[in-house]
Amino acid sequence: MDIDYQRCVFDYAPATGDAARHPVIVVGAGPVGLATAIDLAQQGVPVVLLDDDNKLSAGSRAICFAKRTLEIFDRLQCGQRMVDKGVSWNVGRVFMRDEEVYEFDLLPEQGHQRPAFINLQQYYVEGYLHERAQELPNLDLRWRSKVAGLVQHPDHVALTVETPDGEYVLEGQYVVAADGGKSAVRRLLGLESHGRVFRDRFLIADVKMTADFPTERWFWFDPPFHPGQSVLLHRQPDNVWRIDFQLGWDADPALETQPERVIPRIQALLGKDTQFDLEWVSIYTFCCLRMDDFRHGRVLFAGDSAHGVSPFGARGANSGIQDADNLAWKLRLVIEGKAPDALLDTYAREREYAADENILNSTRATDFITPKSAVSRLFRDAVLQLSKDYPFARKLVNSGRLSMPSVYGDTALNTPDSDVFGAALRPGAPALDAPVRVQGEADWLLWQTGNEFTGLYFAGAENDAETLRELEMLTGDRIPVQTLVVAPAGQAQPGMLEDVEGLLAARYDARPGTLYLLRPDQHVCARWRYVDAAVVRDAVARATGNAAAPHAIPETERQVEHA
Amino acid sequence: MNARTRTALNVAPNIADHDAFYEMLVDTHQDLDDEQSKMLNAQLILLLANHVGDLQVLREAFAIARRNVAASPPRQ
Repeated sequence: MDIDYQRCVFDYAPATGDAARHPVIVVGAGPVGLATAIDLAQQGVPVVLLDDDNKLSAGSRAICFAKRTLEIFDRLQCGQRMVDKGVSWNVGRVFMRDEEVYEFDLLPEQGHQRPAFINLQQYYVEGYLHERAQELPNLDLRWRSKVAGLVQHPDHVALTVETPDGEYVLEGQYVVAADGGKSAVRRLLGLESHGRVFRDRFLIADVKMTADFPTERWFWFDPPFHPGQSVLLHRQPDNVWRIDFQLGWDADPALETQPERVIPRIQALLGKDTQFDLEWVSIYTFCCLRMDDFRHGRVLFAGDSAHGVSPFGARGANSGIQDADNLAWKLRLVIEGKAPDALLDTYAREREYAADENILNSTRATDFITPKSAVSRLFRDAVLQLSKDYPFARKLVNSGRLSMPSVYGDTALNTPDSDVFGAALRPGAPALDAPVRVQGEADWLLWQTGNEFTGLYFAGAENDAETLRELEMLTGDRIPVQTLVVAPAGQAQPGMLEDVEGLLAARYDARPGTLYLLRPDQHVCARWRYVDAAVVRDAVARATGNAAAPHAIPETERQVEHA
Repeated sequence: MNARTRTALNVAPNIADHDAFYEMLVDTHQDLDDEQSKMLNAQLILLLANHVGDLQVLREAFAIARRNVAASPPRQ
């Protein structure tokens, strides 16, 4: 039997006497704040996590969790539960009126542990993250602790925390603001997000029923059961189906959420005789926006506090979890004194870039679904009409380009390629999974990586022994590199990863002697055809902000570019 | 000529029977109302743009058309 996470209430424990200066305070125990706190704590950084409430998420919020997010949850040691409970899917279908015009498979190839997506109610995600957080003794979660004041000092941040027992001041070296779209921290700093508001309203209805729709994402333009508007259908666990009805800007939210208005809309889709229970109804509008800078002194913004997107593409919660993934290891190195504070600037740059990419995709989808001018609608309808018979037009149909992780191609942390490689795993890309055998047991590559810098060495070169001796020296460095040795099928010696299907070498365009260097967040930061310890050390220094990038753009030029 | 100044869009005469082309363009709209004509034009743009395929060529064509339209005052 599942826990009813929507009804969990957590005890407040008085903490008013806390005079310690904490390394990191995370504000907001939603998915992003929980993920950040877990990541820090499991990497050995004590963390205080504050939440103004004493409950987890309720109702219908984020539901689609992408492959990359699941891989991050795996690293946080709670991915399997999510996948076990979630509904896995790879296929989406788009309908125009009553005809299918387009089908997409988000993970057309085999040899990945995780599916393209799972659907899982946010309250389960938060419930599982919360249970993982409770396993970590250095993660101090304080409920009913609201941030009411914030002062930045040269070496710390002082938060005023409001609790049922009154206020107290809590000091931290760094603060992560993961307190959502209406971020109190952002307001206290006098900051804003900027962007576009879309003039449209959508009705969310979650219904419980047994239905025989396949586990796929279905999107209709102008269906007979809801003419002139769009509809999106997703399956969730527990026989809950989420239906989004586009209503238009003139819809009256109070009226449209009344069951006598909602139920006929659902019956029009499902048929009059289908039995269902209404679990949740709400109306949403949305905007695409972000803060200009995700870092302000010792305060780092992550998730919805930093950026917001439309729901088409599932880029909200997924990008927030990827913010956490990017930030935690950098904070850890800075707090441990192993990297300069400037490393945290690269968090802001990399995730601002990702936010721009997400906003771009989300805005394009929204402009297709909700055309904002007569001519935009004309082209949309022209595309949909052509899409029935002409494959080129199907590519233009945009019901949401679903969340993919960003490639940090231009980050200063990358060591640019000096050898010729395929583009897929270029520096900045997240590592791709592949099936391997470890000590004869079937396993997956990504489980072997993360949290530390990891080398991925492809064995079979003449000078293997010499290279591996060099790489072995790196395990004792201040920022260590653990090297995994990959051997072709049938050639693995004890301790090596056996590339059972050859997919690992193929995906990484590897030859004997190739080394990939992965950051603690599993993004590639360097790769070579031949290596020694010195080049890897240089790459680690660069990936941790410990070496000045030789190609850094001078400040004056940068200003010109941004003018 | 460097990449910056080279034009990708062919604006030299390229249709052998230009008068036949023009007649076909106008005749295709025959007996359509304005809404239908707009839809026809939209579909033509999509079909031809896909045939061209090269985003740089399209960008140049769009820029010329946009410049010409934006240069004239809006009709009252």
